Amino acid sequence: MYSNKVQDFGTPARGADATVSLQIDGTPVTVPAGTSLLRAAAEAGVRIPKLCATDSLEAFGSCRLCVVEVEARKGFPASCTTPCESGMKVTTQSKKLGDLRRSVMELYISDHPLDCLTCPANGNCELQDMAGVTGLREVRYGYAGANHLQGTKDTSNPYFTFDPTKCIVCSRCVRACDEVQGTFALTVQGRGFDSKIAAGPTDFLDSECVSCGACVQACPTATLMEKSIVEQGQPDHAVVTTCAYCGVGCSFRAEMKGAEVVRMVPHKDGKANHGHSCVKGRFAWGYATHPDRLKKPMIRSKITDPWREVTWDEAIAHAAGEIRRIQAKYGTASVGGITSSRCTNEETYLVQKLVRAAFGNNNVDTCARVCHSPTGYGLKTTLGESAGTQDFDSVEHADCIVVIGANPTDGHPVFASRMKQRLRAGASLIVIDPRRIDLVESPHVRAAFHLQLKPGANVAVLNALAHVVVTEGLADESYVRERCDLAEYEKWRAFVALPKNSPEALEAATGVPAAAIRGAARLYATAGNGAIYYGLGVTEHSQGSTTVMAIANLAMVTGNIGRPGVGVNPLRGQNNVQGSCDMGSFPHELPGYRHVSDPAVRELFGKAWGVTIQDEPGLRIPNMFDAAIDGSFKALYVQGEDIAQSDPDTKHVQKALESLECLIVQDIFLNETAKYAHVLLPGSSFLEKDGTFTNAERRISRVRRVMPPLAGLADWEVTQALANALGQPMRYAHPAEIMAEIAALTPTFHGVTYDKLDRLGSIQWPCNDTAPAGTPVMHEQQFVRGKGRFVITDYLATDERTSRRFPLILTTGRILSQYNVGAQTRRTANTVWHERDVLEIHPHDAEQRGIRDGDTVALQSRKGETTLRAVVTERMQPGVVYTTFHHPESGVNVVTTENSDWATNCPEYKVTAVQVVAHVARSDWQRSFDQVADQQEALLPKSALLGGAPGEGR
Amino acid sequence: MHDRPRAATDPERERQAIADAIAEHRALRGATLPILHAIQERLGYVPEAAVAAIAAALNLSRADVHGVRTFYHDFRSAPPGRHVLKVCRAEACQASGCERTIAHLAARHGAALHATTADGRLTVEPIYCLGNCALGPSVQLDGRLHGRATPARIDALLAEAAAEERA
Repeated sequence: MYSNKVQDFGTPARGADATVSLQIDGTPVTVPAGTSLLRAAAEAGVRIPKLCATDSLEAFGSCRLCVVEVEARKGFPASCTTPCESGMKVTTQSKKLGDLRRSVMELYISDHPLDCLTCPANGNCELQDMAGVTGLREVRYGYAGANHLQGTKDTSNPYFTFDPTKCIVCSRCVRACDEVQGTFALTVQGRGFDSKIAAGPTDFLDSECVSCGACVQACPTATLMEKSIVEQGQPDHAVVTTCAYCGVGCSFRAEMKGAEVVRMVPHKDGKANHGHSCVKGRFAWGYATHPDRLKKPMIRSKITDPWREVTWDEAIAHAAGEIRRIQAKYGTASVGGITSSRCTNEETYLVQKLVRAAFGNNNVDTCARVCHSPTGYGLKTTLGESAGTQDFDSVEHADCIVVIGANPTDGHPVFASRMKQRLRAGASLIVIDPRRIDLVESPHVRAAFHLQLKPGANVAVLNALAHVVVTEGLADESYVRERCDLAEYEKWRAFVALPKNSPEALEAATGVPAAAIRGAARLYATAGNGAIYYGLGVTEHSQGSTTVMAIANLAMVTGNIGRPGVGVNPLRGQNNVQGSCDMGSFPHELPGYRHVSDPAVRELFGKAWGVTIQDEPGLRIPNMFDAAIDGSFKALYVQGEDIAQSDPDTKHVQKALESLECLIVQDIFLNETAKYAHVLLPGSSFLEKDGTFTNAERRISRVRRVMPPLAGLADWEVTQALANALGQPMRYAHPAEIMAEIAALTPTFHGVTYDKLDRLGSIQWPCNDTAPAGTPVMHEQQFVRGKGRFVITDYLATDERTSRRFPLILTTGRILSQYNVGAQTRRTANTVWHERDVLEIHPHDAEQRGIRDGDTVALQSRKGETTLRAVVTERMQPGVVYTTFHHPESGVNVVTTENSDWATNCPEYKVTAVQVVAHVARSDWQRSFDQVADQQEALLPKSALLGGAPGEGR
Repeated sequence: MHDRPRAATDPERERQAIADAIAEHRALRGATLPILHAIQERLGYVPEAAVAAIAAALNLSRADVHGVRTFYHDFRSAPPGRHVLKVCRAEACQASGCERTIAHLAARHGAALHATTADGRLTVEPIYCLGNCALGPSVQLDGRLHGRATPARIDALLAEAAAEERA
């Protein structure tokens, strides 16, 4: 379906409106001003030989293969560095040009190993191709002279090799690392004949390299090569699909041999990633065929019983029977379901439909509860729509970028690279974060302000920023008058102008010097286009929703919503968390964020589904846990979410799960939750099904099946079977039909079809009659709710306070190489970079406690205790410690508390009062974790796993 | 034998020299080269530890600094001998016999090009044009230019340097 070869135009496209017309080999050509001759020729179908040029990088002009002749001009200019001019007459092939190119190739080949037949790039090598097109027949210099053929291969990176003997020093890799990724980890070492590509003074693994793969992508030879290609050979076909990791939603070409993936390559036409990738999407896909994958449905009556392998029919019949038995005994409302932000829109839609139609209640929730539910609430309240306002491309037009409670270089690396490109081009940066994240200061990027606030003080900082804007006359009054509700604005304006909201008055609460806040506010308000990007450091607080609204207030008062370059941009965590929210996963909302209390909406869906929809919102996830412990909630269907690891207060969650009579877990692995399950339904990875994901910029992209589901059924087919067994008919032959139903019932999706997605590549909702190709930037003419609404955002300190017993604040986050609960990334070579979670602690706090770097320490809160290895670092501020939750045995959520956002119950993962003490023994919880892990592994038949015994083959 | 590192390196002295050089020049535009020069001036070489320190101070990557440090042959990675003799090998000096001087250095003084004598007395390095072509072959001993550097003159210069050292 997709060609294995993708055309390379040599230099990037230019977006100029003005055009120039010229002749290339006698053919008239018209291109945007600034386009190179090389690209203009390529667009006209004329392929000029080239080696150092590629269309992801600016022209460099070093290889001299792309020389051309221009009438009435002297010499042989390189077509990559020569911009088109009107009236030019260009010749790309002549005897003289042929001689020149052949001579250049002769020099290259005189110092290149002639092992093409056994080279991993054989069949897909630009050097080989150029030797072919230039007609190289002999190398007059011979091969005996000085050369570079004795170099040693660097195999330190787990995913690719660097073989200097094959290197032509075109520096495409160096430029890709600089221009595209923005890490600057590569350089040309030495000079002249000694020039050599190097990852600084070390090997690749110990260098600054973040393994994004941009260099491998750019390499025209086998010098930088995926180990999978070295081992398996070149692919024979490719399928375009969407990455299943973070909310950036990168488009990838799954390059295949038969039903085997040989590599994932970022798709150049992907509108979210424009051909870039990160270490997770590019390389960490091996989990899909990991030996731990579940391949058989299983059931058991008690969680202490061994699992029994059964057929799909038996498993589904058993699950349906249990649901009905429990409902008969404990009532309709005693069961519920949880949708997955990792599954497709279609699958999520089916699970909430199953709950509302077949279970007959609204007890459906999703993992967005614990991440971005405050975004939905806050943005809906202020702007009228529960989603980010911009597309990612918008950042190219930003003049001042504000990053609040997000760590894009780790959490959303591909977007972070775009952001860094813009920062290097001159935009200013304000970082609001308790921790000194990489963006604050990293090669060629430096924040103008880092407001290093105390965890929990977001609202205070935002109020102080707004105070400065309002009291120093920096508000965009005409924008507010035209676009916003004035009565609400006046009330809000009076509120933020109060002396108690001044940066000086709030200094003690925020821990940020007032002068820095004033400076940052002035910069954001006056820089031109101000764009705010935020993450879970905003939402996962007791005032999460308040913070989101405070952000919206700040953007509105400065006129920074409704055009490219500005906006309020939540960086959504998981691949489809935007989609799972859109699809009606919340207990109070049907698809498209329409409240269940609205009779018209209930009627619409009820009629389509042939049922009566309940008018009361159902249980949220934390309510489900409480109800399970109370005894009123007895059965739960969980698709692709590991609540036992990801939700706060683990011991409480475990108790709730143990209280259920029937827990149905659908997952690709025996995850932590599955250890408490009675029915285990094997899930399918993103490579095994069709569907769509919606990323953080509301972009709906196709997920395409490249291999059959390992256990026989895609996730949507499992839900469908369960619905049918419960007597609620679902007869979809393909996810396209599910999308057709979604589109018919949801105004923001009215115009979405699989055909259109295939045609356009991707679509940003709203997509309907008024915006048939989708909507990159929202609220352009007016806010979705009509007038933008300012909401008063009183700062209230969280109840979670430090004390003598718990004098430190724990805050949590993510790192680049691992993803969420780590179920996928822990089963890849990414563990090289992060084999365990660590506790970051400031040198002052460490010294007081006699803790040295690398010590094992106990982390204690009023909820529980765990042990971690300490990393002493000045990245932290004194009084604050930090960790991640990628490894289940770390037990970070044993320590986090039940506190949550006042509006949405999003847990307060970011603030827990803790003590840290030097310690060596594992905590009680960890010992019981080990015990449960061993016990559950023993209960699992080996034959139910892809690789035989569990845990092997890491 | 390329017996480069002989003078013992002192990490504390290195750290101090790097810190001083950075403090002195970091405010300059394009401070990498001035800092590398200042370190070499202080230590006689640029230790690898300088790479990370300069990168952190100037908001560069380690690879950026490594690239610059390795591009210029003038930056040494290990301490030189007590005296440094740079011998011009550009065209004019080649025509007037610099290769003879180089051979003499190796034979008489045990000092090969790019190397330091075993006793740590002398490092010999090539250089390409000192702008003294009319008086070639030219050399530079400890920063001072000398023309007509015949083997005899080299012996005299080195003897003079040794005498100064003893004094």
